Order: sequence, then C-alpha cells, then structure tokens
Amino acid sequence: MSQEQTPAFKGTKEQEQQLMEVINKHKGTDGALIPVLHEAQEIYGYLPVEVQAIISKNLGVTMAEIYGVVTFYTQFTTQPKGEYKIGVCLGTACYVKGSGDILNKIKEKLGISEGECTADGKFSIDATRCIGACGLAPVLTVNDEVYGKITVDDVESILAKYTA
Amino acid sequence: MDFARSTVLVCGGTGCTSSGSQKVLKEFETQIAAKGLEKEVKVVQTGCFGLCALGPVVIVYPEGAFYSTVQPEDVEEIVSEHLLKGRVVTRLLYDETVQENSVKSLNETNFYKKQMRIALRNCGVINPENIDEYIALDGYRALGKVLTEMSPEDVIEEIKKSGLRGRGGGGFPTGIKWMLAAKSPNVIGKYVCCNADEGDPGAFMDRSVLEGDPHAVIEAMAIAAYAINAEQGYIYIRAEYPIAVKRLQIAIDQAREYGLLGNNIFGTDFCFDLEIRLGAGAFVCGEETALMTSIEGKRGEPRPRPPFPAVKGLWEKPTLLNNVETYANIPQIILNGADWFTSIGTEKSKGTKVFALGGKINNTGLVEVPMGTTLREIIEEIGGGIPNGKKFKAAQTGGPSGGCIPASLMDVPIDYDSLIQIGSMMGSGGLIVMDEDNCMVDIAKFFLEFTVDESCGKCTPCRIGTKRMLEILERITQGKGTLEDLDKLEALAYNIKESALCGLGQTAPNPVLSTLRYFRDEYEAHVIDKKCPAGVCKALVSYSIVADKCKGCSLCARQCPANAISGEIKSPFTIDQDKCIKCGACIEKCKFGAIIVQ
Repeated sequence: MSQEQTPAFKGTKEQEQQLMEVINKHKGTDGALIPVLHEAQEIYGYLPVEVQAIISKNLGVTMAEIYGVVTFYTQFTTQPKGEYKIGVCLGTACYVKGSGDILNKIKEKLGISEGECTADGKFSIDATRCIGACGLAPVLTVNDEVYGKITVDDVESILAKYTA
Repeated sequence: MDFARSTVLVCGGTGCTSSGSQKVLKEFETQIAAKGLEKEVKVVQTGCFGLCALGPVVIVYPEGAFYSTVQPEDVEEIVSEHLLKGRVVTRLLYDETVQENSVKSLNETNFYKKQMRIALRNCGVINPENIDEYIALDGYRALGKVLTEMSPEDVIEEIKKSGLRGRGGGGFPTGIKWMLAAKSPNVIGKYVCCNADEGDPGAFMDRSVLEGDPHAVIEAMAIAAYAINAEQGYIYIRAEYPIAVKRLQIAIDQAREYGLLGNNIFGTDFCFDLEIRLGAGAFVCGEETALMTSIEGKRGEPRPRPPFPAVKGLWEKPTLLNNVETYANIPQIILNGADWFTSIGTEKSKGTKVFALGGKINNTGLVEVPMGTTLREIIEEIGGGIPNGKKFKAAQTGGPSGGCIPASLMDVPIDYDSLIQIGSMMGSGGLIVMDEDNCMVDIAKFFLEFTVDESCGKCTPCRIGTKRMLEILERITQGKGTLEDLDKLEALAYNIKESALCGLGQTAPNPVLSTLRYFRDEYEAHVIDKKCPAGVCKALVSYSIVADKCKGCSLCARQCPANAISGEIKSPFTIDQDKCIKCGACIEKCKFGAIIVQ
C-alpha cells in the first residue's frame, strides 16, 4: 500500500495531548515502543506517518525502527479502518466450515478486498486469524459484536443491520 | 451473603461471551433481584466449562443442573421455576444430563467422563476475578510450600522427576529447562517468561486457562522464579485475547495486593513481580527467541540458537520461558508430588494434555485427557462424533506445524513421541476434525498460505521456499499440476525442514508432507484425473443436474448469478458448463438433491 492512498491526516490537538501522555508514561521502560504503538492506535484508529513522527521525536526511537515495527505486526495499520470493522475468521476451525465462502460473499457485496475500506468510510474488511471462538465456527465480527455459526445466506442480513 | 442456598455459574469464556453469555448474566442478576432472591442465590461468572458448542452455558448448584444454549429470554423461567420453586427446567438441560426424576451429573456424560482435569481444574469452577476463590481451592499453597519448605534445587528436582514436558508443542522436559536456567548466574538480572502467544489457528487452550484460572499461571511463574533465582517476569499474550488480558491484569493486581507478588513474599527474602506484554499479531512471536525480541520492542524475528535463552535470552540475560499450560501444571505437581503426576499418562509423556476440539465434530470445545488417550476416544466418545452422519477423514493436530492423522491411525495412543512418529506433532493442542467434504490438498494449501503470510522473512528457506511450495499447490488445485510436481514438492519440503532458521520454518512443510503421506491418492486425483474427489477445488469440479431427480421447479435457475441454468418448467433443467462459475448457489437451494458436484 503506497502512502499516496492514505487520506489526509486529521489528528486533533486533544489526540496529540493524549499521545504525549502515553509516551511520557512509558518513556524510560525497556521495550516501550510496542505498548506505545498499541495505545497510539487506540487513540487515532491507525498509525499514519504523522503519528509515527510524534512517537519518534518524543520516545527517542528512529523513524526507520518504528516503521519497521509497524509494518511487521499485522495488528498495526497505516490505513484508517471503516466505522464498522468486519473481521472474518480464517482460522482452521472456521475455514473447514466454510468461512472462505463467507469472506468472498462479503467482498462481493461491499465491492472491496480484505484490508480495504469502502469509499464512504463505513465498512472495512479483514481476514482475521483465529479469534478462539472455534465452538461457534464459522465466525465473523463487526467491531466487538460476534456472529457465530453463520452461513453465506446470513451475510446480507448482517450487513443490512449496519447500512440502515 | 454468608451462605447461598443456590449458586448460578455462568460461563464467561470467550466462546460463551461470543454467543451472548454477558446478556444472560445480566438477566440473571435482574431477575433474581426482581424475585427478591439476592440474599439466597449467588451468581458467579466463571471461566470456560469446555463445551463451547452449547454456549452460553449455565450451571445451577447444588443440583448441578447443566443448562445449555441459554438465551436471555430463558432466564426468567429458570429463576421462577428452578430457583424459586425448585423445579429443574428440563427443556433447557443439556440432553445428555436429562434423566427421570433427577439430573445426571455432568461428570457422567460422555463429554466429561473420560476427561481428567489438572491444568483446567479450576476453569468453570471458580470466579477468575476473585483471588479468594483460588485460595480456597489450595491456591498459592504450592508457592508457600516451595518458599518455606523447599530449596530451589528441591523444586527443580521435583519438576524433573515429574517428567513434565513443554505443553507449547515441542515437548522439551521442563525440569531440565529449569535446571539450565538455574545454572546461569544472576549477574544483573534474570527473567521468567510465559508464552501466551497462542497463534495456532483453532487452538484456544491457553486462552481458556488464562480466562478461567489466571492465578495458577502467576503462582507457577513465582515458583519458577524462586527455582532459577529471578526477580522479574513477563507474560507475553496475544492482543486478540481481550478477556484473558483483562482477567490476568486483575489477577496480578490482586496478587500484589495480597503480597503474593512484590517484595518479601510469604515473609521470606524472595521478591518477584510480573508484567504483561501484548503481542501485535505475528505468528512467529510464538517462537521463543522471536517472542523475546518482541518483548524488547523490536520486530519479532527469531535468532539462531545457541546461545539458548537459558544462557542469553531477554535483553541478553538468562531467561526461562514456558507455555501457559505447562505452568498450569506446576502448582499441582508441587502439592501432589512428582509420583502422583508420573502415575498419569504414558511412559515418556506424563500427565494430561488439553485439546481444543474443533471443525467437523459435534462437541466442539475444550477437553483435557490423560496422555495416551486415543484419537478415537477423543473424537467418537468425548467429541460425540461427526455431525450430519458424515465420515471421518482426518484430524489435524499441531496447527501449521503439524500434520493430518488419517482414519487408519485413530487407535494410536496420543503422546509426544507417537505423534512425531506418524508425521504430526502434539503442537499446542489444536485438534481440528475433517470429514469427507474436506479436500486434503486444499487443507495443505490453506496451511501453506498461513505460513507464507506469517513468515518473518529473515531466512531464505522459509521466505522463498514456502512460497514456491504454495505455488505448486496452487497449480495442483487448479488442475495444472503434474506428477513431477509431487516429487518437487516433497524434495523442497525436506530442504526447508533442514535449512530453516527457526521452528516455524522447520515445521512449515509438515502439513504437506503428512497429507502426501496419507492422502497421496487425493493429490494424484488432482494431478492425473484432474478431479477433486471432495468437490472443493473449484477449477476441478463441475455441477450437473440429474434429470431423474429434477422436478423442473426453476428455483436453481432463479438463484444462479451467472444465468447458466435453463429449462422448461416441470421438465429437467440443465447447466451450461461454459457459463457456470461454480459458486454452488444452486446446490444449496435445490430441495430434491438433484444437483451434483463431480
């Protein structure tokens, strides 16, 4: 994903202040970078280069190292996510019960691929690793809501709940 | 409340929470208050009971009534009938526990009968957010015993004698690991770490232990720290497990408050404290050296061993790293003795193992069985068999590092060594069952996609080798494979096994090798006959309508997104193979079973 596709950064002063508090809290402890990135992503929803720059300057870690860490771990994202984050579990238990077909159906319905966000910023899709709700396979999540034992036919009605 | 005449246990594990147990819990509290029973009935949120397929799960004591798939609407009835009038609500009971005039104990049901709970002993029994409940069941007694009656050498000797082996998958003897870590001098720091980065898809044993009994892990880590002379510990846990992280933090805070973590524990000179570190979604961080690099705040890339972590680990200091389930066994071994532990299991694998049962099986959930239990016992008796009358095809253990066990080996007693012998491995304990509808080539491809995606890129055999293997598998599933491809696949697999840097790369070819070994005929069907026997690989199947069975209702034709189906009403329809996109929409809709996949 190239930087050009990232929408303009819209961080606020309040967010920056929150981020500074986080940085100051962790500064000086060993291995502070990953905990700081976790909390920064919670504040901004993603980790654009502007946020990485603030962390670099104030935590005393080079941009190269931060970028290296951010791109290494799948939970960190440099792209904003949708208002509703859809996750389709592709863990083995879900996969053998057909979650691949469910993912395809959602992609087809929303016209985007995994890792992308719809143009109106409403939905984003991710193929997730096992979320551990294997007893409910196949599973999809929308933000914190979990939908278990679903079929391809349920996709439409689940999406409809959020488009109204 | 000093004494409650009834206790309602509501499962708050991730499985049941996902199916709505929080709403059930709230509803119980509301209804009990509405009936004025708050002084007589206690509601407790526990960890996982194990039978995740039947969630949300509720148990009411003293009767031991096991209610399954309880919805918030059902709660009123349980409260007014059972808790108020003493009449068990039979319609909501787990089928297997229903018997005339009384409730059959859960321990007598097929699911629990053959289980033996050591690591999971408190899961689903206590409230994990209350340290007093853990203490009431002998909690922290092992730590007390160790600190006041045993020397560090005694502790290590006991663990060595118990024969406990690492439950994270490798099966390295835990006592020896502790001995090696103890031998390294504590110059300026030494660490005890817990690997809770449970990344194998389909495995959730460690999560359940942390959600259901977090203090057992904390206690065990303190014991380990005493044994190897360390003062600081880290628990590295997946950020994808929010409930486990929360309960673990509560448990650490409570332990600190009780003086069970911190300075001068049990009035001795021993000091130990713990911190949680969150993973960020990298499978390779389950590998020990990568995990430590990640705790240091860097890209979680593994590094060559030796030096082993026991000599040079976290921040280059001697470090002991064990898995969650390994730790969960420690307090019990200390309390009951090594002899008790060695009486369970097989000759070389002692104790029990927790498995996460998933896939095509009736009782999906968490089971703990003595080592040496056969796959048949787990799948047919405990797991309740395969749904919809389908035939068992294979069981996958060990996740992306393991292999598939075919039906012919179902009676092999499961332990570390027997699994390696048949080309799989114990792994952390995921056990995924597959039936005749699963294509083994597709499954091998699925795991390869996973490893290709998760390869950290540091060493060439894993980064490029697994990619080449995946490309060959893609060719085969598209019907473009040749017999030479199978040989190439095998040669490449052995090459990667021998030359990759870390455990992830060295075991990545296992799913391919084991499916090639036991299901070669399926590979050959893809390559020679250009057919997928299970009807999974889209490029190799064709849909057709059986004229005798088709009633000409046109339902399939209306469903077809490609307008590939046509015909006259009330006479057999046909599928235009050139237009068919093989989506399977027609087969789902047909009420007469007239459409077949070949």
